[in-house]
Amino acid sequence: MLKQQHINAKKNISLKALKVALVGNPNSGKSSLFNVLTGLNQQVGNFPGVTVEKKTGMSNFGSTKAEIIDLPGCYSVAPKSIDEEISFNVLCNPSNLDKPDVVVVVADASNLKRSLFLCTQIIDLKVPAILVLNMIDQADKKGVTIDIEALSVELGIPVVYANARKQTNIKALTEVLSQPVGVSEKTIVDVGLLSAIDFTEAKLICSVNNTYSAFAISNSPAVFLDADKVLLLELSFQKHNYNRQQVQSSEALHRYAAIGEIIKKCTSISPVSESKVHATLDKILAHRVLGYLIFLIVLFFIFQAIFTWSAYPMDLIEKGLMGASVWLTDLLPTGILANLLCRGIIPGLTGVLIFVPQIALLFAFIAILEDTGYMARVSFIMDKLMRKFGLNGRSVIPLIGGVACAVPAIMSARTISNWKERMVTIMVTPLMSCSARLPVFTLLIALIIPSDKTMWGFSSQGITLMMLYLIGLVSALLSAYLMQFFIKTKEKSYFIMEMPNYRSPRWDSIGIIMIEKVKTFVLSAGKIIVVISIMLWALSSFGPEDTFGRVEQKYSTREFRQQLSEKEILNKIAAEKLETSYTGMLGKKIAPVISPLGFDWKIGVSLITSFAAREVFVGTMATLYSVGDSENTHTVREKMAASINPITGGKTYTFAVGFSLLLFYVFALQCMSTIAVVYKETKHWKWPLIQFLYMGALAYLSSFIAYTILK
Amino acid sequence: MKKPLGELHKGQKGRVDSFNDKQLSLRLMEMGFLPGEDIQVSHIAPMGDPIAVSVFGYIISLRLEEANTIIVEC
Repeated sequence: MLKQQHINAKKNISLKALKVALVGNPNSGKSSLFNVLTGLNQQVGNFPGVTVEKKTGMSNFGSTKAEIIDLPGCYSVAPKSIDEEISFNVLCNPSNLDKPDVVVVVADASNLKRSLFLCTQIIDLKVPAILVLNMIDQADKKGVTIDIEALSVELGIPVVYANARKQTNIKALTEVLSQPVGVSEKTIVDVGLLSAIDFTEAKLICSVNNTYSAFAISNSPAVFLDADKVLLLELSFQKHNYNRQQVQSSEALHRYAAIGEIIKKCTSISPVSESKVHATLDKILAHRVLGYLIFLIVLFFIFQAIFTWSAYPMDLIEKGLMGASVWLTDLLPTGILANLLCRGIIPGLTGVLIFVPQIALLFAFIAILEDTGYMARVSFIMDKLMRKFGLNGRSVIPLIGGVACAVPAIMSARTISNWKERMVTIMVTPLMSCSARLPVFTLLIALIIPSDKTMWGFSSQGITLMMLYLIGLVSALLSAYLMQFFIKTKEKSYFIMEMPNYRSPRWDSIGIIMIEKVKTFVLSAGKIIVVISIMLWALSSFGPEDTFGRVEQKYSTREFRQQLSEKEILNKIAAEKLETSYTGMLGKKIAPVISPLGFDWKIGVSLITSFAAREVFVGTMATLYSVGDSENTHTVREKMAASINPITGGKTYTFAVGFSLLLFYVFALQCMSTIAVVYKETKHWKWPLIQFLYMGALAYLSSFIAYTILK
Repeated sequence: MKKPLGELHKGQKGRVDSFNDKQLSLRLMEMGFLPGEDIQVSHIAPMGDPIAVSVFGYIISLRLEEANTIIVEC
């Protein structure tokens, strides 16, 4: 029955990989089929010009080498979102670089009627296609039996079963793919018959020779046609009084009528007692009290995982690399190379690898939530609340994740399909107080608030800490609210979303997701983090001319040797070296700018160094106050508390200065890793730059106001 | 009686009649909201919005403003 059009002729295939595109509705199990077909041979990139994830992978079907591309989920070839425009462009644009040789349509067998809508449109586009019926077990439960041979005859394309969740029956698909696949001879809906025009002009303008392709392209012409062609189409349609919307509606009705006929011939339904499990689960999970309670517990678990559980492997990574650094210091001759390696590169690597446990754990949880169908219910119960702030129901996960760390949290914003809501979420997530702020908060709070002071029977220190977290949360929500007016998009925010059936998670697929996410983070954001880390090292390790030599000379005199111990001298040298380094100079340069906030040059230096990670603030303070051992926060605090302001003669760290500094750390984007990951996720330096500036402005203003009032 | 889908109470059944938003109607039809199709409100989110309806053999959630573009005979 198949017209065996040989694609590219077989001998060509051995030279060039066969391009296979996976297409299907959201929730059709397309991505798990992709994971099964490609395993860990995946590459994640972006489609040109947009921030939609492009997943490709290599696979072998017999002697055929294939490049598989996982296209964003779509419901039809009439795109309604950026995701769908991508799939439409790849399928319909004759000059798209990703134009596939074979399209694999993945269909949810338990809802064949709806899945066949997209499938029959692709058949009418006259591209070589295969239909894969996924989730047969779900269809079985519904009592639906599908005769795939009859279906194949009706559609004119090969039809195979696959159960991507259980990895069984993938063989049938790979066998079909190892043979040349042809174009169906069938036309399911002839749009030429539905309208007054025959699309001859449209075919010419769109440079295609198939009526349905011309129809599909001319319904969404602006996606890839040039402006002059769009205009030509418009004129041609006006001339013939062509009513686009009416013909599209008529196509949908005729298509479903044709599908109804096909289904009648190919499926049989045996009555089964309908399972009440899903309905009961929905009743509980979407309940007005229980629903939120359960979601709170789930969030608590996720939070525990990325906050507490990941602390062990993070500690191990840090200690391991620190050990390596110590070992290398002993091994290598002292000099610039050893210094660069041990103080620039290894800390940079630590700064990258330290995020691995959090990213892996957060994505494992997200994969489980998505897989089981629970994420759709979270969206459902959170949508109204989050929409008020210009966010999405799914924004809750990145926002809560941000309390542990903004880096994995921002990556997790990928689950938000609406571009604008995703951008707003990414932009405000770093305002949530992350765990790296905690050491800074506790040090400064202990410095300015006596530990025995209480407020309403609670420790004042504890209340202040809680307040700082609340300020972070409130400012994130308010910023989101304001930002929705500035971030413009032509994409309309739809919430028409399928509520998938509850299912058990696919563990092997979760493993792949964890590895993939970690890999892309280390390879893309990781590079930027290492480079910035080396830059920060260079700034702190070098000074103009021979300032360092002079410092060492100064402390080598007998006068100092007699008065101070070896360790004290080393600490003093470190402090003075940092002061005379480029970082120190920079800190003194910005001192006039930050003095309205109550900050001196030492704080200025710490602000620069803590750009590596906020908690570095504590270490830098330790160096500047010649404490040496940064582990010992108690002595850092004592030294800071004893420090005297040379101008006022009073304490340097007054309540006003401390509080102003606390507010600065609440708001400022003092984190190179966040900047790197925002760049990675948005593919544009514009976004991290705007974020850095607006958060910096918030920090400066609030610190200025607080200091002016309190001093 | 004909009324917008958003005005149905939980559990109420009806039949899709027509749409009052042409742009949205195409997507709705593609997803199975076909005129004459049986429809039932299966859940209403705790804050009254969005709602989840059972139609065409599966469950779809939509916001009230979207649901109200669907006129239902009930």
